[in-house]
Amino acid sequence: MRARSEASTRMSINLETPKKIRPLIDQAHQVAMNMLRPISRKYDAAEHEYPKELDMLAAMIDGLADSGASEGAGAAGVRRDDKPEEKAGNKNGANLASVLSVGEMCWGDVGLLLSMPRQGLGNSAIASVATDEQLARFGPTWAAMAITEPSFGSDSAAISTTAVKDGDEYVLNGEKIFVTSGERADSVVVWATLDKSLGRAAIKSFVVTKGTPGMKVERLEHKLGIRASDTAVIMFTDCRVPAANLLGSPEIDTKMGFAGAMATFDNTRPLVAAMAVGCARASLDLTRDILRDAGIEIDYDRPAFSQSAAAATFLQLEADWEAAYLLTLQSAWMADNRQPNSMEASMAKAKAGRVGSDVTLRCVELAGTLGYSETDLLEKWGRDSKILDIFEGTQQIQQLIVARRILGLSSAELK
Amino acid sequence: MAFDPVKSMLGAGGKHGLADNEKRDPIGLAVAALNKFAQSDLIDRLGIRKSSEQTVYRVTSAGFKAAGAAGRTFARVGGQGGGKRVPSVQGNGLFDLTPSEDEQMLVDVVTEFANEVVRPAAAEANETCAAPEDLLKASLEIGLPILGVADDLGGIATERSAVAGVLVHEALSHGDLGLAVASLASGAVATALSLYGTDEQQSTYLPAFTGDEVPAAALVLAEPTALFDPLAPATIATKTGSGFVLNGIKSAVVRGAEAELFLVGAELDGKPQLFLVESKTDGVSIVADPSMGVRAAGLARLVLKDVEVADLALFGDADTYREVVQNSRLAWCALAVGTGQAVLDYVTPYVKQREAFGEPIAHRQSVAFMVANIAIELQGMRLVTYKAAGRVAQGKDASREIALARRLCAERGMGIGNDGVQLLGGHGFVKEHPVERWYRDLRAIGLMEGAVLV
Repeated sequence: MRARSEASTRMSINLETPKKIRPLIDQAHQVAMNMLRPISRKYDAAEHEYPKELDMLAAMIDGLADSGASEGAGAAGVRRDDKPEEKAGNKNGANLASVLSVGEMCWGDVGLLLSMPRQGLGNSAIASVATDEQLARFGPTWAAMAITEPSFGSDSAAISTTAVKDGDEYVLNGEKIFVTSGERADSVVVWATLDKSLGRAAIKSFVVTKGTPGMKVERLEHKLGIRASDTAVIMFTDCRVPAANLLGSPEIDTKMGFAGAMATFDNTRPLVAAMAVGCARASLDLTRDILRDAGIEIDYDRPAFSQSAAAATFLQLEADWEAAYLLTLQSAWMADNRQPNSMEASMAKAKAGRVGSDVTLRCVELAGTLGYSETDLLEKWGRDSKILDIFEGTQQIQQLIVARRILGLSSAELK
Repeated sequence: MAFDPVKSMLGAGGKHGLADNEKRDPIGLAVAALNKFAQSDLIDRLGIRKSSEQTVYRVTSAGFKAAGAAGRTFARVGGQGGGKRVPSVQGNGLFDLTPSEDEQMLVDVVTEFANEVVRPAAAEANETCAAPEDLLKASLEIGLPILGVADDLGGIATERSAVAGVLVHEALSHGDLGLAVASLASGAVATALSLYGTDEQQSTYLPAFTGDEVPAAALVLAEPTALFDPLAPATIATKTGSGFVLNGIKSAVVRGAEAELFLVGAELDGKPQLFLVESKTDGVSIVADPSMGVRAAGLARLVLKDVEVADLALFGDADTYREVVQNSRLAWCALAVGTGQAVLDYVTPYVKQREAFGEPIAHRQSVAFMVANIAIELQGMRLVTYKAAGRVAQGKDASREIALARRLCAERGMGIGNDGVQLLGGHGFVKEHPVERWYRDLRAIGLMEGAVLV
């Protein structure tokens, strides 16, 4: 314990924002502040209009990525490679960088982050389950994710869209809804079943590029929030895709079951948790200012209940926010260090999802009609946050996953 | 206010948990008289009622009042100037949830102690409002009091040990929160002496803590008032020619009856300050104050009436005081995490074994989701607490992080205690299971000040 020479580099519990990722976060913050915030209200009002400013931004981010100045600026950065590590020890890598930068961008605007070219959730799916050859081929694409169908939401195993092998092609038939960036993206990762009788194991994902005959965007949804992001209904009618576009292995491994496809979620849930954390922080930052203008300073040393009700409420919100933030970092850090993080990802998403709603809605209330009015953005964040407790697995699904894991129960035992 | 016998008889408020505006009507007066009769010894002498008074009743309800413990004499030694200090932790700047090897070893030892010694003693210690002697002795053997003391001063810390402290508090309270507080209280004072004491204060008091006969000692910040703000204590210190005079009533004093040394918060010239007060000083008295939980810690009130202390007693400055308040709150957060984990570890197998309607209750979402939420909130509490501890260890300002940890652990910790009892149903309400004790203990989080320190 006395060896001072070791002390300078020894490991120790530290939950501070990693120094090496700080520049990336600062950069994301500047982009969020100067690019996203100024157009935030514009595209909330003009739903379905393409945010043309984002093309410029995407080009800039690509440039930064190529120059190596940025690591994992968005969803596309998430990938677990199984190559042996050169050196062992604690790693702060792409997963941590991604959640921190995505959080920062969502502090700017969740809807616009979701509309960022080449940063779609489909990209995350590709990064998670694609072979190296596929990754090289699809890497530069902007991929949306199509899972949900009119007849099911959370129960992904109920997929009825079919994929039938015909020569070296698959023929897709079915209807997909709630496809984020479904109209704007270059391609869509479509979940379909090879054989419905074989259950979850037969569900595979396919990359379908835009313009493929038989794929048609039916309409765009009108939504409560994240209105800058388009949400499409897509029909697949005898839509033929190359067999090589099936992500991962075409084998139906009943032992492996759903695990392969579900692994995507271990990577995307921390990202959605980060979105909720970022959006909620926007509300907290602004509300702290608004309260200060109203003569209320938050005092961290005096007991909460000796301060005004607004200050005490704010402290509670910020405390829950801090928990959500750190659970999110934990799940990403575990992925960086190749620890199984399925439960922790769900914990992060559950906590961040509900905290996102609690914080943004309570901040509207604290700010009164000032918060409720469209003249500022608190009311918008109160609407945007709701989807983050729903997509990529609802609050209830996350609780189910955590409960099964903690209790050691199967999906047959704990339905 | 002048005494008014009529008002006193009719006005019921001010005691028994009654608000001031409660009034007795004629029926109320009759009932009160009947109650007085029911409490009298007469009916017992007549054999009308089974005598059920026990030691427990005397300890917990009747209370005791005594002068401070007749402790040892701390011979004043040491020179002028600041004391020895440990350096802050220099990390590598990476996010990391893995304890160091030293910390892990420490946690392993304390975990074993918590499982083998603390947990089995918890139920009885709760009843008797005291920690068993042999348990306290064993806690000395594993080095609890000197954990936060600099190695140059006879302790084991080579750098700021807030993270190790948090991990130890957590591991120990997994055994039992009340016993954890009882066995960590002396260490709180020793840690404060090491972190902030002058050379003279360290030389005078610390040798007792690093030796074989470690004194009971208590960090005393709380006062029995609503909305108590430790930064504005009602206890007053007044400067005299050679020292200070202290007056006031403090609460949440751990092992008050045995404590030989108190580190007490009081206001001096409008600023909160800490003072070292030896128990045998004239004017020091102790009143038992058994509370809802944390009972094994032998909680008491400390009454200071014209207590004269020397100039040596003034401990640090107002900044020291603020830091001690913060780091004490952080220690309580760690205790909440350990107790919350105990709840989770207990209810998990229970809901899988307990059957209703032909299957384990764990198979129902309403039950399973409560368990999931305990796990989620508990991990959140843990991470927020660890983050604050990391900042303290690195010498960074942790006001915000500690405040958030405290609020979170108060709110979510109590929620875990509440859900823990609920998950066991009626069985959670009876003392056959430890969950009702954890429920009572977890209510302490967020309202306690002092007692423990990392």
